[in-house]
Amino acid sequence: MNSAAPSPVAPLARLRGITKRFGPVTVLEDVDLDLYPGEVLILAGENGAGKSTLIKILGGVHTDFAGRIEIGGQTARPRSPLEAAALGVRVIFQELSLVPSMTVADNIFLGRPLTRRGGFVDNRRQRAEARALLQRLGIELDPDRTVETLPIARQQLTEIAKALAGEARVIVMDEPTSALNAPEVAHLFELIRQLKARGCCIVYITHKMEELEAIGDRVAVLRDGRLVGVAPAVELPRDRLVHWMVGRELGEQFPHHAATPGAERLRLEGFTVPDPARPDRPRVADVSLSVRAGEIVGLGGLQGSGASDLLWGLFGAAPGGARGRVWLDGEPVTLASPAQAIRRGLALLTSDRKATGLVLPLSIIANTTLADLERLSPGGWRRPAEERRVTEALSRRLALRAASLDLEVETLSGGNQQKVVLAKWLQIRPRLLLLDEPTRGVDVGAKREIYQLLNALTAEGMAILLITSELPELLALADRLVVLHRGRITARLERAQATPETVLAAAMGQQTAPAAASPAASS
Amino acid sequence: MTRSAPKKSDSAWQRFWANPASRALVALLLVLLLGCLFHANGAFFKLGTHRDALRQMSVYGILACGMTLVIISGGIDLAVGSVLAFGAVTFALLTIHWGWSAWLAIPVVLLLGALCGAASGAATAFWRIQPFIATLAMMVFARGLAKTVSGGMKVSTAVQQPDGSYEFVPVPDVFRLIDSRVLGGNLSVVTLILLACAAVAWLLLARHRFGRQLYALGGNEEAARLSGVPVARTKILAYALCGLFAAIAGICQAAQEQQGDPEAGIGYELTAIAIVVMGGTNLMGGRGGMGLTLLGMLTIGYLEKILSINAVPEASRLMLTGVIIILAVLAQRRRRA
Repeated sequence: MNSAAPSPVAPLARLRGITKRFGPVTVLEDVDLDLYPGEVLILAGENGAGKSTLIKILGGVHTDFAGRIEIGGQTARPRSPLEAAALGVRVIFQELSLVPSMTVADNIFLGRPLTRRGGFVDNRRQRAEARALLQRLGIELDPDRTVETLPIARQQLTEIAKALAGEARVIVMDEPTSALNAPEVAHLFELIRQLKARGCCIVYITHKMEELEAIGDRVAVLRDGRLVGVAPAVELPRDRLVHWMVGRELGEQFPHHAATPGAERLRLEGFTVPDPARPDRPRVADVSLSVRAGEIVGLGGLQGSGASDLLWGLFGAAPGGARGRVWLDGEPVTLASPAQAIRRGLALLTSDRKATGLVLPLSIIANTTLADLERLSPGGWRRPAEERRVTEALSRRLALRAASLDLEVETLSGGNQQKVVLAKWLQIRPRLLLLDEPTRGVDVGAKREIYQLLNALTAEGMAILLITSELPELLALADRLVVLHRGRITARLERAQATPETVLAAAMGQQTAPAAASPAASS
Repeated sequence: MTRSAPKKSDSAWQRFWANPASRALVALLLVLLLGCLFHANGAFFKLGTHRDALRQMSVYGILACGMTLVIISGGIDLAVGSVLAFGAVTFALLTIHWGWSAWLAIPVVLLLGALCGAASGAATAFWRIQPFIATLAMMVFARGLAKTVSGGMKVSTAVQQPDGSYEFVPVPDVFRLIDSRVLGGNLSVVTLILLACAAVAWLLLARHRFGRQLYALGGNEEAARLSGVPVARTKILAYALCGLFAAIAGICQAAQEQQGDPEAGIGYELTAIAIVVMGGTNLMGGRGGMGLTLLGMLTIGYLEKILSINAVPEASRLMLTGVIIILAVLAQRRRRA
């Protein structure tokens, strides 16, 4: 598979048989990859394909994996990012790893400060070297500025400068342009060309087709933890690349959803969710769509598409609020807080159940009744027997497996935890269910049960707006699809039109639908 | 603080130890055992000793009731000692100097205490000031209030007359009532007040919607907000109740000392926190309960009493108490399965 090497020169680094498991889940299996000097290797794949895990292994973040890494002909096993850096591998992660309260210069030398005798930091030398480095990289940045006072784009440049401060030979960039504007992207690409000329290898993760075409020399595609193939970028047309990324058997593991849509339940017009950190670029821009009773509308999109922000904004939970017009069952509504949204019959299952879904130290009963507490405790006094009764009913319906309903949810498995969150939202008898990754981190059996539940719910007339990063799941469950790219709608697809290729192409920015089309036109 | 499900393989002892109440009980029994060993010539076996111990720990216990609510919500209240002093001097001033009826003075003092707490709560809820800082500010502010109201002096039965001379007035009946004993002199009224406070706090935590919302807030504030819990209102109410309990403690303190001392209650907030933690309520919030706090109060209260009847000098007593708190908390920490 690695026959597409650019030249007979020796690779900077070889990965052989890299395999990584999280518990019973294999996220990377037997990946072989060579990194050559002077090339940009694009790492492509769907969400969850294993890209991040692979670079974390290379960057010394994940240390228990099977397989071998050779750097400069020597077997290496970086046990920390610092060790990886010493081996010449620097990873620029998406979540910035800067200390916000320190200056640019301090951050550049974080972890390996320039010191005088006695361990005192030599601020003057650090500042001078930082300035020289920034100048060499052509980054206009004051080394004395505190990082938290910089806009996100400048912070990202600081991160890049930090990675390039040492003698890095392999530089890994995980979607480095997600916060950059066009001139900054152009500048970054110029930097990458310089680094190539110096003989570095740049491993570049992106979800954007145009970037892949602009700077990629070779493309390596991961799918479900396996390396599907490596090819020179010029020999990999879009449709073949997309096929590599998604080309798995859909199989019969997904019960196909059969909709009998009723009246329009939700209608959004000109819905915009601003980003408090970036007034110029909202997370969701001018989105219009509708969901009918008994229907599952799928929201497609890759990381940064704004699909989650759309759900949070609709639920009154977005940090910067939301604008636009919302109708529920034909009635115009304003949903300014989660409490209001819940009273109106909305439920939001978030993508991170531990951070935003469950109260881990509380019991199954307490979690299940939390959103419906007002109705369950008339006059303020709780009725434990009634709480137990409704929780028992829901746990039977969801096939929740727990020794006792008084157990703390922290002790449950991922699938059962997810069922508790679902139970919490079903308990309020919602009209509209907003689901963000309802099957994330859930075992196959529980997944199937969740699919069946969604089918049963829509049969009862519930409307569902669904996000899932598993494309086959999205295609099987959604009656209609709305695909977002950087906060805007790029495609509206009926189930019959939706294929992995059309969805992924739209998610990567290929426009197939007018962004401001009226929802009526698509339904 | 049960973190892991009791598995079938767990021994009975492991299941017993997984329950925070049993761990708090073991700590208390160990302290009582200590008392049996060092009984100071039988003093520990006298009824009077236990009566006094209970009476002495009651004011701390009342503070700990409010502290339990706040800590379960994921916060902390450092202001209770100062609010106690503010409540004590206000109560003394209203009843002794101004001659108000207790029926009027008590509600006013309770309201003032609740307002102090509500102010701390509002600062954390609306301005997102950390509870530690917000209540630290209130601790200083309320101490200033206490000194302003009292003019910096103890408010006692010696009342200054217009001509500058002092005249002693009789102690109001309410002071005598609160400082008296019932059941043939075996149970002080202050202890009864503590039990009433504990009962209210227990009812709220275990049986009321508000209590469930407090646990949810302490366990995961974001999940609670997304589940429709009124975060700001719940927080403010928790701190207001904590202030109210501190004012009750202030009234009791004033009655016991027969005066309102603006310097009263210094350091009491730390004892109240120690009691809550000793009981096994988690400082991170979301776990714990009122029963645990009562056990913690008995443990700390008896420890003090045993050290004092054995005439351990105060200096050593303080150091010993510090060490024992750390040991108790270490013993209560759950080992992950």
